[in-house]
Amino acid sequence: MSIDTSSTPLGQVRGTGSAHHGGEHWLRERLTSAALLLLGLWLIVSLLLLPTLDRATVAEWLRSASGAVPMALLVITAFVHGVDGLKTAVDDYVHDEGTRLLVHGIMTFAGVGGASLALFSLAKIAFGAS
Amino acid sequence: MTRNPDRPLSPHLTIWRWGPGMLVSILHRLTGGALAVAGLALLTGWLWAIAAGSASYDKFSLLAVSPVGLVVLIGLTWAFWQHLLSGIRHLVMDSGAGFELRVNRLFAVMTIAGSLFLTALTWVIATGVWG
Repeated sequence: MSIDTSSTPLGQVRGTGSAHHGGEHWLRERLTSAALLLLGLWLIVSLLLLPTLDRATVAEWLRSASGAVPMALLVITAFVHGVDGLKTAVDDYVHDEGTRLLVHGIMTFAGVGGASLALFSLAKIAFGAS
Repeated sequence: MTRNPDRPLSPHLTIWRWGPGMLVSILHRLTGGALAVAGLALLTGWLWAIAAGSASYDKFSLLAVSPVGLVVLIGLTWAFWQHLLSGIRHLVMDSGAGFELRVNRLFAVMTIAGSLFLTALTWVIATGVWG
């Protein structure tokens, strides 16, 4: 599908605007949602397949590549999608531009901080916390 | 950096007429907000507790199985399924499909029925496996 012939709203904004990124945010929300559809189902199914949720069992699961890698992807994707979604809600209901940018900034900081904390913890487990 | 007042913003709750489509739209926002704030805090806290050691994990587990903890966990399970199903509905609608009034209403009702069913199913399996 070429950009020129697309008649969808996304097609009309891609490549336009001052920075040529008009549709990027919209598209990223959809791409991360598709990824989270898979990763979210993976998390629920994986947890239900564990015999118990005691620390030794979950730590062993998160030490394996099949546990740690999707978990890292889930953490990153969920934080990106979550912050994008909260910002979209803020855009709709916060009408003062200065406040809006401030809240966006706080959300970016909180999201990056939270994701880093989660990834540090995961790395610690994956590389052998006992 | 100023907003053009001629451009529309999302309408507020007060001017919508209640119906399945409107309800699911509101629920999508609410569940998304809950998952982004409480869900990610819980996921991060859980990973932190595992990494921090047995004492931390025991404290986390005690909180999780307390009455308040269980309400939060079951609530987030429902939020997960509702947001997932209404998210699929949004992806379908992004393609331009599903806007006919009857179909749109049916999909909206299906996401609510589906999320309640899947939440119950998840917890029935969970209590069967871990209980």
